[in-house]
Amino acid sequence: MSEPLLAVRGVKTYYGNIIALKGVDLDVNEGEIVALIGANGAGKSTLMMTVFGKPQAREGQILYRGQDITRMETHEIARLQIAQSPEGRRIFPRMTVYENLQMGAAVTGGQHFASDLERMFTLFPRLKERMGQRGGTLSGGEQQMLAIARALMSRPRLLLLDEPSLGLAPLIVKQIFGAIGELNKDEGLTVFLVEQNAYHALKLAHRGYVMVNGVITMSGTGRELLAKEEIRAAYLEGGRQ
Amino acid sequence: MEYFLQQLINGLTLGSIYGLIAIGYTMVYGIIGMINFAHGDIFMVGAFVSLIALLLITALGITAVPLALLLVLVIAMIITSLYGWTVERVAYRPLRGSFRLAPLISAIGMSIVLQNYIQIVQGARVKAIQPIVTGGIPLMESADGFVARIANIQIIIIVTTVVLMTVFSLIVAKTSLGRAQRACEQDLKMAALLGIDTNRVISLTFVMGAALAAVAGCMYLVYYGVLDFYIGFVAGVKAFTAAVLGGIGSLPGAMLGGILIGLIEAFWAGYFSSEYKDVAAFSILAIALIFLPTGILGRPEVEKV
Repeated sequence: MSEPLLAVRGVKTYYGNIIALKGVDLDVNEGEIVALIGANGAGKSTLMMTVFGKPQAREGQILYRGQDITRMETHEIARLQIAQSPEGRRIFPRMTVYENLQMGAAVTGGQHFASDLERMFTLFPRLKERMGQRGGTLSGGEQQMLAIARALMSRPRLLLLDEPSLGLAPLIVKQIFGAIGELNKDEGLTVFLVEQNAYHALKLAHRGYVMVNGVITMSGTGRELLAKEEIRAAYLEGGRQ
Repeated sequence: MEYFLQQLINGLTLGSIYGLIAIGYTMVYGIIGMINFAHGDIFMVGAFVSLIALLLITALGITAVPLALLLVLVIAMIITSLYGWTVERVAYRPLRGSFRLAPLISAIGMSIVLQNYIQIVQGARVKAIQPIVTGGIPLMESADGFVARIANIQIIIIVTTVVLMTVFSLIVAKTSLGRAQRACEQDLKMAALLGIDTNRVISLTFVMGAALAAVAGCMYLVYYGVLDFYIGFVAGVKAFTAAVLGGIGSLPGAMLGGILIGLIEAFWAGYFSSEYKDVAAFSILAIALIFLPTGILGRPEVEKV
């Protein structure tokens, strides 16, 4: 098998003296959707941010297309065609939807801006209606769409999505997951997805990992994980939709 | 009426200078959340650089006043920007990510360093120059013979300020640098995630603030004609007051606050007592902090959920 697009090798991340990731190993191959599930505080978002060097891993290595990016600056990592829609969405609240998307395209030099913008509006028609509106005034679902669209504006090969379903109505979750699936199928976009909504995430993903207290405890294909008794008990019972 | 008009003109002139300095405070606060207490001294350095540039240009035989002034302005902006850049690089960047008070203390230290540096290299005595721009336009004459007039230098100061603030606002609103600055101001971490070199944007913000402070310094020099190494302190604190009054972090707020402080000071000096004009300006700071802590155009701190 060829080398993975993103390889996380024995990564340990600390906040001050508190250890958040206790040696994580994980692969994301080109063209895959990989889901990382786990409870609150397991370290999922920390892993996402560690890939971007905020905070940097204290031990271990992060390889992107074979290149060691563990000690690179955040903005340099972003220029390697990795994009993130982070936890909490982090829309620029006092910038318009249009400006938010312009910021997303900051790394591309703006050559394909017009056509990329059209593509985003086809994917998320709601954003077109809201184009001149300030980010902070959008609803949660619209903000999530904007965060994903903003990440896509950088033309990434690898997209990191942190809890795209958080706080959203089931119908909108369906829309957003549908869009992610389409991007993966039609354009071969590789997606690494963090979710608490394990059912949807594992159904969509080719492969999944389970994280507990800063370590990966299980991995397998989405279907395998969905079938496992422990997973059903811990993450799915009562949460099935 | 004539007297009132005269104070209005004086206030607008003074307010222009404060406004130009206040922008530097407000932008830096917006982007990294610190008060750059050395900014007043950057203004003072700008005034001294202007003085040196003026003497050199006169020595070179350039006597056409508009050309000389323009050259002085450009030279002062460039050299003072370098000071602004260096101060950030040396005193603040190494402390990024450290506790909140660290850069603040470093800023006070930097302010003392700049004052002493200028005192040593330029001497502690007051420097004075001959008025460069003379004359003015009489506007109104009262029955008892008081003539309200706008001096040519006042016209130059107000027009330059309006032009620069317009240019500056356009940069922030329309260019990609301005967009990156606003993005950093709203969410520094997210801007980095989108590939923005945040250190570079912060440096450029210091450069822009210093350039505007240099303009203020140059204007101060030609308006008052006297300089010493200590002018940065009072002017700096007043411009800071202006930034707080307008709403720290807000660009239009800094401009508005500057004009207001200038007007308050001019009217106070004109109608009550010029000895206590600083009291008026600083009382405003106290009142603003008590009753209007977010300033006139500032945003209340909203908790994000």
